[in-house]
Amino acid sequence: MIEAVPPPPRRAVVEQIMGMPVGVHVRGDGARGTDVEAAIQLGLAGLREADAVFSTWRSDSAIERLRRGELTVTQCSPEVAAVIELCDAARERTAGWFEYLIDDGSGTRLIDPTGLVKGWAVERALTAVVVALEGQGATGLDVAVNAGGDVAVHRAAVDGRSWLAGIEDPADRSRILATVELASGGIATSGSAARGAHIVNPFTGERVARGGSVTVYGPSLMWADVFATAAFAYGDGCLEWLAERPGFRSEGYGAVVVTAAGLTLRLAPSCTPLPPVL
Amino acid sequence: MRRIVVAVMSTISGLVLLFSYHTSTNQLGETEAASVQSRSAASAPADPPVTSDDTAGDTSSDSSSGTLASGTFTGDSVATRWGPVQVEITVKNGKITKSEAIVYPTENHRDVEINDNALPILSDETIQAQSAQIDFVSGATVTSDGYTQSLQSAIDQAFQ
Repeated sequence: MIEAVPPPPRRAVVEQIMGMPVGVHVRGDGARGTDVEAAIQLGLAGLREADAVFSTWRSDSAIERLRRGELTVTQCSPEVAAVIELCDAARERTAGWFEYLIDDGSGTRLIDPTGLVKGWAVERALTAVVVALEGQGATGLDVAVNAGGDVAVHRAAVDGRSWLAGIEDPADRSRILATVELASGGIATSGSAARGAHIVNPFTGERVARGGSVTVYGPSLMWADVFATAAFAYGDGCLEWLAERPGFRSEGYGAVVVTAAGLTLRLAPSCTPLPPVL
Repeated sequence: MRRIVVAVMSTISGLVLLFSYHTSTNQLGETEAASVQSRSAASAPADPPVTSDDTAGDTSSDSSSGTLASGTFTGDSVATRWGPVQVEITVKNGKITKSEAIVYPTENHRDVEINDNALPILSDETIQAQSAQIDFVSGATVTSDGYTQSLQSAIDQAFQ
């Protein structure tokens, strides 16, 4: 007789942070306990803190004060300098297709690390939850943090269940085009579907209004998000362009691109270190 | 020789318009002459249907509504930026369940096997949005307004 194995207990807490729904999921025995709830809240608190520091929508955030010249970078908390350094690395790694100094319309370029901060903060929140759980002695729980479709995941056991992400059809948001199994790292999708044309071509200053989307997944949600955003701005030929980014193949990133014409292309990750692209 | 698997998925009608299909056996890499023209092919292939490695080997139900016969089919070669591309489709019960573009790059100086079973493992079945197996929906960033009606909201609610 075959007995059905019940699915493991699972708990999700969803709150509105950074202007989007953020869900923290914990899966495994004990996932619905109060200790887990406390660990989840710790992660969410970290996200709220990141929002307070980096939000360009709050006039009193450190980043806004930095933009107005009221503060210098060294006067801000160290995470601001750390994020800016990551933004510089992101610009270099994407040959400028990820840019964080944005023209405010008057010819002045203002710092806007928003595109990188989200992935950075979500990864940090995931770590906070996992560490808090381990501190409670709960080392067997899987955790995931989903911030509006960008997800960072942790799997406790090497032979355990992965998390399954579905890539939304940018032309029909009730439809899933493809799935990606993730045991660690993250997945991020960039496009115009949800908020309209909010991604800017850093070289022309124009908003990218095309259809389609770019999804990147791999060891770091932050870098997946950077790659996806840059690739969406890049446009036609972005799948090949991604394959040539430093470390993209050798670090095991993969991508799914939905072109403006509706064709879905996928570049599967490679786990074999490759020699540098000549 | 390095073989990059680039999965290409398109609407069924889009694929059919672009290619005509020939039956093939994955293991032998040979093509047979029976060509399947668009969706109107009603006859089953002469050999038993061959499914590619990672489809669930269910060949019992290849009776369909009389359109595409079940099996794996290879289309004509098409020139792309990656080199010549052959599209391979898998059909089950009259539906294309998987289509992949197999790319054979021409440069041979890198003799590296690209292992697409690396973590994260890619599963490439196109499934309906209503599937309960999805944990997360990844799309262009969802706003709070869009969330309440979203699939993600329905998934999250099951565990709140």
